[in-house]
Amino acid sequence: MLEIKNVTKIFNPGTVNEKLALDNFSLTLEDGDFVTVIGGNGAGKSTMMNAIAGVWPVDAGKIIIDGVDVTKLPEHKRAKYLGRVFQDPMTGTAATMGIEENLALAKRRGHGRTLRAGISRKEREEYRELLKILDLGLEDRLTSKVGLLSGGQRQALTLLMATLQKPKLLLLDEHTAALDPKTAAKVLETTEFIVQRDQLTTLMITHNMRDAIAHGNRLIMLNEGRIILDIRGEEKKKLTVEDLLHKFEAASGEEFASDKAILG
Amino acid sequence: MNILNLLNAMPGAVAQGLIWGITAIGIYLTFRILDIADLTVDGSLCTGGAVCIMMMLSGHNVLVSMLAATLAGMVTGLVTGLFHTFMGIPAILSGILTQLALYSVNLKIMGKANQAINVDKYDLLVSLRYIKNVVFYKNPIFVVAICIVLLVLILYWFFGTELGCALRATGCNGNMARAQGINTNFSKVLGLMLSNGLVGLSGALLSQYQGFADINMGRGAIVIGLAAVIIGEAIFGRIFRNFGLKLIGVALGSILYYIVLQTVIWLGVDTDLLKLFSAVVVAIFLAIPYWKGKYFAKPVVKKGGSTNA
Repeated sequence: MLEIKNVTKIFNPGTVNEKLALDNFSLTLEDGDFVTVIGGNGAGKSTMMNAIAGVWPVDAGKIIIDGVDVTKLPEHKRAKYLGRVFQDPMTGTAATMGIEENLALAKRRGHGRTLRAGISRKEREEYRELLKILDLGLEDRLTSKVGLLSGGQRQALTLLMATLQKPKLLLLDEHTAALDPKTAAKVLETTEFIVQRDQLTTLMITHNMRDAIAHGNRLIMLNEGRIILDIRGEEKKKLTVEDLLHKFEAASGEEFASDKAILG
Repeated sequence: MNILNLLNAMPGAVAQGLIWGITAIGIYLTFRILDIADLTVDGSLCTGGAVCIMMMLSGHNVLVSMLAATLAGMVTGLVTGLFHTFMGIPAILSGILTQLALYSVNLKIMGKANQAINVDKYDLLVSLRYIKNVVFYKNPIFVVAICIVLLVLILYWFFGTELGCALRATGCNGNMARAQGINTNFSKVLGLMLSNGLVGLSGALLSQYQGFADINMGRGAIVIGLAAVIIGEAIFGRIFRNFGLKLIGVALGSILYYIVLQTVIWLGVDTDLLKLFSAVVVAIFLAIPYWKGKYFAKPVVKKGGSTNA
C-alpha cells in the first residue's frame, strides 16, 4: 500500500543548522497494516509523515502509494490518497466554517471542486448519522462553527473527515498528544473503531509507548532519521514498555530521553 | 455652516458611498475571506475607470465597457496572484508591485493623466448630474443599489458552491485546505481575481459618476475599503450573521464613511487632512481587536479553581 524507498531529507542544507531528518529511509506497509511509530524528539517521525503527505519535496528517494509514484505530486494532489490528523487540533479543521461545511469539504477530497452546491441536503443526514459514532453530541450542532468546539471534539471531527472518503493511507501525527488523558483515550478508541471498521492502512505516531504497544499490528521506532526497531505480529503482542526501552538502548547506544513517552 | 448645505450634499455622499461599497465588498473578499491585504486595488480601481471611459469614448456601449473594466480588474488580480503564488512573493509586496506597474499601464490606457467624458454626449449608467430631478430609476443611488444587490446574490451563491467553500477554507486554514485536496494557490488567485474584478467595476461606475477617469482616483482605495469593512462590521456585525447580509453591511459601512466624510467637510475641516484622518481612524479600528486580546483578555484558567486544574 505504501512504499518509501531510500528517502533522504535534509533541512537547512549548507548552514550551521543543517539537519539530516530522514537518512536513506525505507518503509513498506502492507494493505491493512496498522503501524505505530515511536521515537524521541527529532527522530524524524513527523518528517516521515510530511514527506508522505508532500508538505515539501524530498531530496532523494521515492514514495509510492497504492502503486502510484507520488514523489513529485504537490500536497493537494496527494490528498486524494491520504487521510490526515495533526497534532494540533487547530490544524485539521477550518474554524470559521460550520461542522457540516468542514465535513462537506472532506467529502470532496480527491474530486474536482465545481460550481455545484458545497453541501446538499442528503449529505446533512449522512453527516448527522456519522457524527453519532463520535458520541459527542455534535450531530445536533451541524451548523455550529468548528472554532467553538473543544480540542478533543475538533480532533474527533478531523478523524471523521480524514476517513469520510476511505483513504489509501491514514496518517495520524500524534493526534492525541495535545488532549487531556481522558479525551485522548476516547479519541484513540474512536480511531481504533474506524480503522477496524474500514480496514484502513494506518501510520500512527505516538509519544506514548503503551499506546504504541496496545494498538496496531506492527511497531517501528525511529532514531536520527532511521528505523532502529521493527516489531510485528506475535512478538509485538508480548511487548512491554521495559522491553522497548532495553531494545532502544541496545539499538541506539543511548538512553531513551523522554519521560513523557515512558510515564504517559 | 448651513445645515441645508449638508442635507443637500447627502444624496451625493450616499451615491459615492454605494459605488465605493462595491470596492469595499471586493476588499472584504481578500481581507476577511482570503486573509490577504491586497494593495492591488489602489491601481485596479483606476484601471477599471480608465478602461470604461476609453471604451465609451471610442464608441462602445456602456455595459460592454463596464464588463471590459471588470475583466481588466480581474487581470490585475491575476497578476498579483501569480506574483504571490507562482513567484513566491509575499502577498502585500505582490500587491504593491502590481499597483506600481498599473500606474504606467493606466497612463498608457488613458494616454494622459485625466480623461473626461461628457454626460450629454454619452449614455452613462450613473452620473452625479442624475442625483436630483430625474426619474427614480435613473438615480445613481437606485442604479448602484440594484447592482450591489445583484452582486451580493451572485457572491452568496458562489461562496456556497464547492469552489467557493474551497476558497473560504483556503483563507481560514491553508494546511487543512491542502490536506483536503484543495489547491490553495489556485484559490488565492481566483479570490484575488474576483476581488479586483469588483474593484474594476467600482472604478468604472465611479469614473462615470464623476465624469472622468483620473490617474490618482484609486489612491488610498485600500484604506477607504478597509474603513467601510470595519465600520460595517462594527455597526452591523452583531445583527448581520448571514454572509450575504455581511456584504450588505460592508456596503452600508461605505455609505456611512462617505456621510461622515461629507459632514467633516461641512464642518469646515481642511480637506488636505482628510486622508490623514482616514488613515488614523482605520489604524485605530484595526488595533482594537488586538488591544482587546492583549489588555482585556480573560484568563483561560481562573485562579484557585480546582475544577479548572
